[in-house]
Amino acid sequence: MRDGRWEIDANGMHYRALNARLREAVENGAECIVLRNVCGQRYIGANLHRPVEIHIYGTPGNDLAAFMDGPRIIVYGNAQDACGNTMNGGEVVIHGRAGDVTGYSIRGGKIFVRDDVGYRVGIHIKEYQEQRPFIVIGGTAQHFLGEYMAGGVLVVLGLTLRPGECHTATYIGTGMHGGVIYLRGKVADYQLGREVASVPLEDGDWALLRQLVQEFAAHFNRDAEEILAAPFTKLVPLSSRPYGRLYAY
Amino acid sequence: MSLSLLTAEFHVERDEIRCIACQVCVRQCANDVHVYDPDDDRVYSDETRCVGCHRCATLCPTRALTIRCTPQEFRANANWSPSIITSVFKQAETGGVLLTGMGCDQPYPIYFDHILLNAAQVTNPSIDPLREPMELRTFIGRKPEQVGVVQDRDNMRLETRLAPQLVLETPILFSAMSYGSISYNACLSLARAAKECGILYNTGEGGLHPTLYEYGPYTIAQVASGRFGVHRAYLETAAALEIKIGQGAKPGIGGHLPGEKVSEDVSRTRMIPQGTDALSPAPHHDIYSIEDLRQLIYALKEATNYTKPVGVKVAAVHHIAPIASGIARAGADYIAIDGLRGGTGAAPTVIRNNVGIPIEMAIAAVDERLRQEGIRNQVSLIAAGSIRSSADVVKAIALGADAVYIGTAALVAMGCHLCQKCYTGKCNWGIATQDPYLTKRLNPNIGARRLVNLLRAWSLEIKEMLGGMGINAIESLRGNRDHLRGVGLNEVELRVLGIKAAGES
Repeated sequence: MRDGRWEIDANGMHYRALNARLREAVENGAECIVLRNVCGQRYIGANLHRPVEIHIYGTPGNDLAAFMDGPRIIVYGNAQDACGNTMNGGEVVIHGRAGDVTGYSIRGGKIFVRDDVGYRVGIHIKEYQEQRPFIVIGGTAQHFLGEYMAGGVLVVLGLTLRPGECHTATYIGTGMHGGVIYLRGKVADYQLGREVASVPLEDGDWALLRQLVQEFAAHFNRDAEEILAAPFTKLVPLSSRPYGRLYAY
Repeated sequence: MSLSLLTAEFHVERDEIRCIACQVCVRQCANDVHVYDPDDDRVYSDETRCVGCHRCATLCPTRALTIRCTPQEFRANANWSPSIITSVFKQAETGGVLLTGMGCDQPYPIYFDHILLNAAQVTNPSIDPLREPMELRTFIGRKPEQVGVVQDRDNMRLETRLAPQLVLETPILFSAMSYGSISYNACLSLARAAKECGILYNTGEGGLHPTLYEYGPYTIAQVASGRFGVHRAYLETAAALEIKIGQGAKPGIGGHLPGEKVSEDVSRTRMIPQGTDALSPAPHHDIYSIEDLRQLIYALKEATNYTKPVGVKVAAVHHIAPIASGIARAGADYIAIDGLRGGTGAAPTVIRNNVGIPIEMAIAAVDERLRQEGIRNQVSLIAAGSIRSSADVVKAIALGADAVYIGTAALVAMGCHLCQKCYTGKCNWGIATQDPYLTKRLNPNIGARRLVNLLRAWSLEIKEMLGGMGINAIESLRGNRDHLRGVGLNEVELRVLGIKAAGES
């Protein structure tokens, strides 16, 4: 430890011990924590709620940043499933891929993933008062992207797709009743859930996208203008009450 | 609009000699059954709107009103009952999924009513609980394999580090009922009563109102698939966390709190915008297996630094015994099992009436399975799904539960008349509604007092039953099925319940 900077070697450590060390460091006022040799340890950053920067080298396990509220986590590698589970605030930047249900139910904060993500990413993300979550995915996503989405912004840039290749996710935005999804490139109608519609982008959309893509580009050393030069698809829910007429009273 | 084939379910009888046209009934009925006609100076009733909640009849100062089931009868038919015929009418008119509230009302066997308790005679003495010590205190949480004690000079102290436990002064908790499904005053009544009785109430999946944080030590906070209102303060304030997988009234399906019930205040506790539907997905999409359940259990333990029990609530379904074994092995501190007759604020009628198994069978099967596997100590069991009396509590515990959840009984104590219309949001008793005109009918001081009275009465009765059996601690009753005998049950039912028939020694 030096000047608020801590280093923890996670080699062979059980997650419980690692997270206890992490909590101890945060409680002792650490401003920057470097975790080395991380190999599948779960729950890193769970429920941490102070402004601290955590650099992870290796592969953090499931539920990275679960319930987190404030810290900034940078992963130099891939993340596994349920990264950002029920996160309330803070930022996660992943220099690699992320697994299934990335950003499950997040209510605030930002998640940037450089490459592809798994199934049901951005499921049930929601916004509340001044809290608005953002998920930006550099690559492409699997099926049920943005399922049940109730708020927030989900951006999929498709930068890992080869020229001419399209997103293959289906059931995009199924059950969606709030928020907005932007996909770089086109998606066919059959790929969309029944509760969403594709609408043209307006000036406000481009301003928001520019801001998010610039942040993405800064994190991963990409050219924002080049990314923004391609056409985008905007998906919005048809109703905030998709199941209002389902029942007999 | 085409003609509706539906006729009134209830018949409103107004004794015109007694009625003084004071219009109490007019003001009390949120369904607009009663209408005052100033020209006639009389009150008329439109019984097609009546839900049979008895609010008007109870408050009528001259007792002029009687609500009866309609004398209108279909031609007798043992197969096509009136409720089946009217359901078809309703669905033919609307095309909708039929909704209902409260627990299953179908005539499946109620095994509690086929089980009789034992009492001591001659061979061992019964105990008089009014004058002799009787222990109802119950600890919910994982128990160690063995307990180590060290002698420090004059003091004995525990060497074994115990897992976090919940302490209940009587083996009863209030079931999960969310703010949104029930009113703020109902939540406050439950919280106050829990504090006064030394038990816990449960937030359901609706988050926690800021003014209820002071009841944190008496609060179980639920984490459900929608993760509504789940944030740091919520996790840290509660005494225990409960992952809600299922509910007895609607196993396997999610929930839709309609946008009109998401008022400004409800939106604050759920942390979603006002007026949007609150959709709870059917599964947790981070839980597709027992291993995944373990992941969420430990996520919550990590988030709260292993300071509080994490339980799992499931509906009683066919394979409940191996499921419970998996939940215990996944690291849950308690398992709440909600039976077929468990209540709800809203569920599709077809699900409520056809899915799940009775709690009596489930609790017996789970207790037996966990004992066979040698892991019964690793987890506490809470039985739920229509515990209606202190006798049901005693029978549930003798079948293998550590404690019971009561939901419907608590609502009835606060005035619920089981009209099963919770989902309409027009509860005339001020319980299952967010309408300020209706919610103020439930005074939280009176609500809490009635709940405390109920728990006091049940606790006294439980002590009497225990004393009669010659048992002086509720712990000695747990899984003690030799104190139960079945009447009118077949051999398979007796075997599953693990009890003998009445008359067998």
